[in-house]
Amino acid sequence: MSEKKKVERRDFIFTASYALGAVGVGAVVWPLIDQMNPDRSVKALASTEVDISSLEPGKSITVLWRGKPVFIKRRTKDEIEEARNVDIKDLPHPEKDEDRAKDPEWLVMLGICTHLGCVPLGDKGEYNGWFCPCHGSHYDTSGRIRKGPAPTNLEIPKYEFVNSNTIKIG
Amino acid sequence: MSDHNYVPSSKIGKWFNDRLPLLTLADHLKEYPTPKNLNYWWTFGGILTFCLITQIITGIVLGMHYIAHADYAFDSVEHIMRDVNYGWLIRYVHANGASMFFLAVYIHIFRSLYYGSYKSPREVIWIIGMIIYLLMMMTAFMGYVLPWGQMSFWGATVITNLFSAVPFFGEGITNWLWGGYSVDNPTLTRFFSLHYLLPFLILGLVILHIWALHVPGNNNPIGIDLKKPSKDTVPFHPYIVIKDLFALLLFLIVFAFFVFYSPNVLGHSDNYIEANPLVTPAHIVPEWYLLPFYAILRSVPDKLLGVVAMFASIFILIILPWLDTSKIRSAIFRPIYKQLYWILVLDVLILGYMGAMPAEGTYLLIARVATAYYFIHFLVILPLLGKREKTLDVPLSITEPVLGGSPNPQMVKKKEQLS
Repeated sequence: MSEKKKVERRDFIFTASYALGAVGVGAVVWPLIDQMNPDRSVKALASTEVDISSLEPGKSITVLWRGKPVFIKRRTKDEIEEARNVDIKDLPHPEKDEDRAKDPEWLVMLGICTHLGCVPLGDKGEYNGWFCPCHGSHYDTSGRIRKGPAPTNLEIPKYEFVNSNTIKIG
Repeated sequence: MSDHNYVPSSKIGKWFNDRLPLLTLADHLKEYPTPKNLNYWWTFGGILTFCLITQIITGIVLGMHYIAHADYAFDSVEHIMRDVNYGWLIRYVHANGASMFFLAVYIHIFRSLYYGSYKSPREVIWIIGMIIYLLMMMTAFMGYVLPWGQMSFWGATVITNLFSAVPFFGEGITNWLWGGYSVDNPTLTRFFSLHYLLPFLILGLVILHIWALHVPGNNNPIGIDLKKPSKDTVPFHPYIVIKDLFALLLFLIVFAFFVFYSPNVLGHSDNYIEANPLVTPAHIVPEWYLLPFYAILRSVPDKLLGVVAMFASIFILIILPWLDTSKIRSAIFRPIYKQLYWILVLDVLILGYMGAMPAEGTYLLIARVATAYYFIHFLVILPLLGKREKTLDVPLSITEPVLGGSPNPQMVKKKEQLS
C-alpha cells in the first residue's frame, strides 16, 4: 500500500465519468437558469411603433417601450439651436447633438435618469430640458447631463423613421 | 451535549424511540444545560423563532388570497384588506411582523457583538446566523415588492439596478433578474415564488443554527467556558422556557401596539398608489431595517464602488470571528472594547438616519464619516485592540464571584492562562 499509486485503466473510467457527469449536470441546470431570461412574449414586444403626426413643435409625448418610458420630443428652432451651440468641452459626458438626434427636429430618448433610474420631468431645470426630482440632475434640450449626480446623458434607444408620421423604437 | 442514555418510561415510547429517537431529542431539549446567569438579551432567540413562525403562518394565509400578477396584485391586496375575513389583521401582522423580526434580529446580533458570542468555539453558529440574516433581507425585499405599489415598483427598480453596476455583465444580469427589460410581471411572479420559498430555507438554517448552538452550549454574560451540567447551569425546561415566554409577552405588547394602533407607521404611504412605470415617487426610501446599508451605498460617489461597499459591509460580519483577535469574549472584561461597542451602535444608528435623509450636503458628509468608521471598527480597531487591550480579570465560574463576594484574587483566571 505504501507504493506510489500507479495510473490504472480504471482511473480513465473515473475521469471520464466525472467529466460526463459535469456535462450532464450543466445541461440540466442551464434550462433552469435560462428560463428566467426575457421570454418570447417579452421579446416580441421589443419594438414599438409610434404615430407622431399630431405632435406640435415644442411638445413631447412619453410612450412605453419594453416597460420603460421613452420621450419623443419635437423640438423648436430655439431648442435645436441651444443644443447645437454648446461647447462640447463644457459637458460632463461630451456628445454632439448631431449624434443624438438623427433628424434635428426629433429627439428620441429613454426617460430614465442615469443616476438611479427615476423618470425626469420635461421642460424643467436650469437648461430648459429635463429635471430629475429625485436627486436633482439637470439635462439640456438634447437630454445631456449638465448638472447633478447623474453620470451620463439620457440614453438614446435604437429607432428609425418608418415614414414621416411613424417612428419605430427598438 | 447532555447524556443520550435516556430511556422512555412507557413501553410504546421505548418501542418508538428505539426506531426513531425523537423522545431522546425531546429529552435533550428539555434537559439542555443552560448557564444560570443568562439575562434578558438572551431571550431574543426564542422571540425570533416566534417571529419566523408567525411570518410563515400569516404568509401562507395571505398566499391563499393574493394574486401574483402585475394587473391584479395591487387590487388583490386591497381585497385582502377590505373583503377577506380578518384579512386586515393578517396582513398587518405580516407587514409589521417583518419589522418586528428585524428589530429582534438586530438586538440578537448586537447581543452577540457585546458578549463575544461569535468567538471560538461558536464561529459556525455565527456564520449560519449571518446567512439567515442575508436571506431575511432578500425575503423582506421581495415581500415588499408583492403589493405592487409605487414603492414596491421603484424600490425593486433601484435595488435590481444595483447589479447593473457589474462591469460587462451588468445589463445581462439585470435582464435575467427581471425576465424582461424592466421590472414587470415576470419579475413579480418570480419574486412571489422566491418569497414563498426562502422562509423555509431560513427555517432549515434555524434548525442548524440551534444544532450548532447545542454542541458548545450557550455563551453567557461573563463569557467563560462552563462545565456542563454543573452548579453553573440550569435545565432549559422550565427555567429558560418560562423566562423566554415572559420576554415574548413583553415583546408582543410592542408588536400589538404597531399592529393595532399604528399599522402603517413603519411603511410608506406611496405604496398605497398602484405601481406606475411612468412616474417616480419624489423620494425613494427602503424599509427602515435596510437604511444603514442604503446610506453606505449612497455615501460612495462611484456607482460600482458604492455597491461593492454595501455588500462588503455585510460580508465583513461573516469573517468577524477572525477579525476580533481578543481571547476574552464578554465586553464586561474589556473596558476599551465596551466603549467602542457603543460607538459602533451609535454609528449604525447614524447610518440608518442618514439613509432616510436626502444624500446631499451635511447629510452626505456625515454618512461618509460614519461609513468610514464602520469599516475602520471591523478592519482596523478590532484586530489591533485584541492584542493591545488590558483586560480585567475573569472569574473562574459563574457561582464563584457570587459566593465569594468580591472577586477573589486567587480564584481569577489571568488573560495569559486562557488558551
